Amino acid sequence: MRKEFVCRCVDVTKEDIYNSIKMGYRDIESLKRFTGAGTGPCQGKNCLPVLMTILAEVVEKEEEDMVSFTQRPPVHPISFGAVAGVKKVTKGDEK
Amino acid sequence: MIISQKEIDKELPKSADIVIIGGGVSGLGVAYELAKKGFGKIVVLEKDYFGAGATGRCGGGIRQQWNTKENIILARESVKMFKKLPGELKHHIFFRQGGYLIPAYSEEELEQYRTSVILQNKFKVKSKILTPKEVKKVAPVLDTTKFIGAAFNPSDGTAYPPALIWGYLKASRKKGVLAYSKTKVKDIVHENNSVTKVITSRGEIETNMVFNAAGAHSREVAKMVGVELPNYAIRHEILVSETLRPFLEPMVISFQSGIYFSQSNRGEIVGGIGMPEEPGIITSSSHAFLKQFAKVLVELAPALRTVRIMRQWAGIYDMTPDARPIIGEVEGLEGYYHANGYSGHGFMLSPVIAQMMSEIIRNKKVSIGQDVVDALNLKRFETGDYVKETMVVG
Repeated sequence: MRKEFVCRCVDVTKEDIYNSIKMGYRDIESLKRFTGAGTGPCQGKNCLPVLMTILAEVVEKEEEDMVSFTQRPPVHPISFGAVAGVKKVTKGDEK
Repeated sequence: MIISQKEIDKELPKSADIVIIGGGVSGLGVAYELAKKGFGKIVVLEKDYFGAGATGRCGGGIRQQWNTKENIILARESVKMFKKLPGELKHHIFFRQGGYLIPAYSEEELEQYRTSVILQNKFKVKSKILTPKEVKKVAPVLDTTKFIGAAFNPSDGTAYPPALIWGYLKASRKKGVLAYSKTKVKDIVHENNSVTKVITSRGEIETNMVFNAAGAHSREVAKMVGVELPNYAIRHEILVSETLRPFLEPMVISFQSGIYFSQSNRGEIVGGIGMPEEPGIITSSSHAFLKQFAKVLVELAPALRTVRIMRQWAGIYDMTPDARPIIGEVEGLEGYYHANGYSGHGFMLSPVIAQMMSEIIRNKKVSIGQDVVDALNLKRFETGDYVKETMVVG
C-alpha cells in the first residue's frame, strides 16, 4: 500500500492527518498534539507547510484561524550539557 | 473532502441550564460529570482551542505527597479516578504510576519529609523515606552522592494532559454537551444577586448558572459578576527533550532547586524549574530558564548531558495566597460556581474536583467530605483561616 508521509520525524502519514481531521482535531495546535506531527527533531520545519495546506484544503475556516503552530526555541536541538556549559568529556558530547 | 469546523461547533444555543467558562480539564471535567448524571443543557465555552491554557502546557505530573490534609485527599481520590477514567471515557490518557521521588539534601529537609510522610500515611497514601542506596535502585540515572535520603510514593505518576481533554470532550459530546472553541466570554449579566445571561463573542446565552473554570483568566471572569479573587497569574516554563529508551520510572522533584522532570511515554524528558517571575499572563520563553534547568539537571543526572533539547514553552500558574485551589460557591451570589487557583496542580487535582463540583451544583452530598469543600472556600481569605501548602515549586 502506498503511503504519503507528512511528518518524517514522527512517521505521520497524510491518511493519519485526514483521519484526525474527521475525528474532530481541526486546528493546527490540536492536530500537532494528537498526531505528534511537528514534535520531532525538525520541530515542524518540514511538515508544517504540508499540514497547513491540508487544513486549508479540507477544513472550512476563517482566514484568521489559518495560522502555524507556535514556533518554539531552540531553533536546532542542543544538548543539556552544551546549554549548561559542561566541557566535552566523552564521545557524543557537543562542543 | 471539505469539512466545516461548524459541523462540530454548531450555532450557540439561546439558553442553557449551565454555562461553563473554560475548556481545560477543570471545565470539561465538570461538563462530563454533570452530563453523566443527566444534568440538563450544558454549554462549555473556550476562547481558544480546547486545552490551550494550563492543561495543554503542564508537565502532567500526578502527586499525592503534600503537607495539607485537603491536597492529600484530593490527590488520592484523583489517582483512583485517573485509573478508571480511560475505561469510562473510552479514551487512552497514558496514565502511568512510576512514583514521585523527592530527594533531600540535608537532615533538616529530610526531617520535613518524615513529618509529611506521617501525615500522608494517615490519609492512606503509602509514601515512605528511602536511603540514597534505595534511591539509586528507583532512579539509577541520579547522582545520589549529595542526597541524605528521599521521600518516595510509588503510586504517584504521570498522564498526557491533552488526552484527558479529548477524552472528556468526546464523552461529554456523546452525552449531549455543547462545547465551543474560539468563543470568548465578554460579560456575565447578573441581577438581584443571581446570574441571568452570558454575553460571548458569538452571541448571548440565557442561563441561571455559570461555572468559572477559566484558570489564569478566572480573576477577569469573576470580576464580571463582582467577585474579587485573590489569585495572581505567574509564568512557569517547561521543556521537552528528544525521545530516549525507557530509563526513568519516577518523576523526580526537588524543592531545594525547584526542578522536576520525568520521562514521558514517548520517551522524552519533560521538565521545568521554578524561576523568579513577575505576575502577569506571559507565555514567552526565556534563555535564563533553559540555562538554569540544564545546569541543575546535569548536576542531578550527569549522564543526561548529551541529551538534546527539542523545545521549550510556558504556561500560567493561577496562584492563590495559600497555593491551594478555590472551589465551591460564593456567598450571596446565586448560580455562580468556581474551581480556580490550582497553583500549578490543576491537572492532577481536577478529576475529583470535577466530580465534587458536579455534586455541589446538583445539590447533592459531597462524597469525599464537606470539610474539604469548606476548607477550600473563597471565604478563607477574608477570615484568614487557612493553611499554606508548602510542597510546591515556583
